Amino acid sequence: MPSHSSLGSALRLLEGPQTLGKGPAFWSGFVVVLALACIYPLFADGYDVGNNVYFFNWAFMALGLSLIWGYGGALSFGQTAFFGVAGYAYGVLTINFGDAYGFTFVSLVLATLIAALFAAVLGYFLFFGRISGVFLGIVTLSVTLVLERFMSQTAGPEWHIGSARLNGFNGMGNMPSLTIPWPGGDVVLYPDVPLYYLTLALLVLVYLALRMVVNSRFGNVLVAIRENPQRAEMLGYDIRRYQLGGFVVGSALAGLSGVLYTAWGNYITPSSMGMTQAALPIVWVAVGGRSDLTTTLLGTLLVLAGFQALTIYGSQYALVAMGFLLVVTVPAAPSGIIIGIGSLFSRGLKRRKAREAR
Amino acid sequence: MAILQTRGLDKWFGGLHVTDNVDFSMQPGEVHCLIGPNGAGKSTFFRLVLGEHLPNGGAILYDGADITRAKSYQRIRRGISVKFQVPGIFKALKVRQNLQIALQDHLSGHSLNEEIDRLLEFLKLKDAAGQLAGSLSHGQKQWLEIGMAIALKPKLLLLDEPTAGMTPDETHATGEMVQALNADGVSVLAVEHDMAFVRQIAQRVTVLHFGRVFAQGTIDEIVADERVAAIYLGETGHA
Repeated sequence: MPSHSSLGSALRLLEGPQTLGKGPAFWSGFVVVLALACIYPLFADGYDVGNNVYFFNWAFMALGLSLIWGYGGALSFGQTAFFGVAGYAYGVLTINFGDAYGFTFVSLVLATLIAALFAAVLGYFLFFGRISGVFLGIVTLSVTLVLERFMSQTAGPEWHIGSARLNGFNGMGNMPSLTIPWPGGDVVLYPDVPLYYLTLALLVLVYLALRMVVNSRFGNVLVAIRENPQRAEMLGYDIRRYQLGGFVVGSALAGLSGVLYTAWGNYITPSSMGMTQAALPIVWVAVGGRSDLTTTLLGTLLVLAGFQALTIYGSQYALVAMGFLLVVTVPAAPSGIIIGIGSLFSRGLKRRKAREAR
Repeated sequence: MAILQTRGLDKWFGGLHVTDNVDFSMQPGEVHCLIGPNGAGKSTFFRLVLGEHLPNGGAILYDGADITRAKSYQRIRRGISVKFQVPGIFKALKVRQNLQIALQDHLSGHSLNEEIDRLLEFLKLKDAAGQLAGSLSHGQKQWLEIGMAIALKPKLLLLDEPTAGMTPDETHATGEMVQALNADGVSVLAVEHDMAFVRQIAQRVTVLHFGRVFAQGTIDEIVADERVAAIYLGETGHA
């Protein structure tokens, strides 16, 4: 049956030249990690579970940046722009229209689409204007900083959309959490167990879907553009369309992060689009290993957890430590710490085997 | 009808007239070499044909159609293909995947794999299929790029100094590849410095000098032309 074969060929894309990890060993490991993640809330307290949701929230933006930068070779320094736009959009929508009848999920989708539309418009001018390299970083960073500045001066009562006050530097708050409509009382996904499972499920879905995307024909062209844009164009590909496609998908994921974060904390501020926040995704993705989805995901979660531990004990020094980590990782392990540690480990194994052989 | 023709092609870079009223024409099935001293405007002419530069005046016709303002990828889709001087390959990807990316818009599944195998054989890269393209020798990189260029089944293949940096053996093997392609009906336009290679492949030669067409003819006519020897062949001593 054709539907079977097309499903089969889609599933085959879960493994391919653009993703690390294949075969039964990898997927067994994947299932074990997923199973551990699923039983984790049974053993952890509510605070830690909520904390993990917070980490997961950022992972979407990191995966999106991996697609744009690691696979597509276009360093966007302003993914937080889409994070912020989607976060504010979720706030405006839900504050105005409430949370009944599952509207929070409709808002989630709409806000993510608004971020994607914004990325499509911005990306059109960037890629069809042939802006690349460091200039792409400068323009995208400028966009997020302009948005931060703009939102910071919306403190006055005249700045509102419907009944949603923008609140300037203090940020917008009191938007509802994600809510599942249920007979006999809606289920509100506060930052604990139910929200944890929802976010985890979304993360697994997005991770698997992205694996299929990067191993598809589209993904092949994306890495070809990263490697040699001129050659890719001279194979007959309109590279601007592919770059734009990757940018829109990656930025929609930044938007999804923004919505989840806003719904998780019932809060979004202009500083979420500021300089520090714009730089952090670059650190997570570069340190983890930007050119692979798995290393990006693991690296991001690790660095976030480490960053939070540092923040608790060292407050502002945590940021300095992040900068230091980036400066050390880039020359020492250009493809990220996960691959760096992996190759160190396999070299050690080889040496041991060689010694045993002697 | 000419496979490629330019009429009064003009290109200025600031005050520099790098392509000066060039009328050029080559017939289908022809192997045509473009030669000239450094700075003669060969590369600019090449880039104009590819659409990497747009001309200030004149027209470019491919297979009878005006492509003067067409985007590069549109020209490629019409049947032009190119191999650059510096090997333009995807270094961090495997050799096989390089060819796959070139072919994936035209073929899929089993026939895609068969065509990749056929190309690997033709390019003498069968044993290197699983290597990263960046780890190939210089000559092999050049061949891989030729492979990517011909994977598109072009009607017109543009070669920019295809033998640059190759050993004499590799140069000769490249010449044989070009002849084999030409026997299959592919028209070839090559910019080349190596006169031995030009002799091996060229049916007609155009000499550019200061952005203008200086002489045109068969290789023997060009070699016999004392004016050409004075500006170019005499200087390099290759002829």
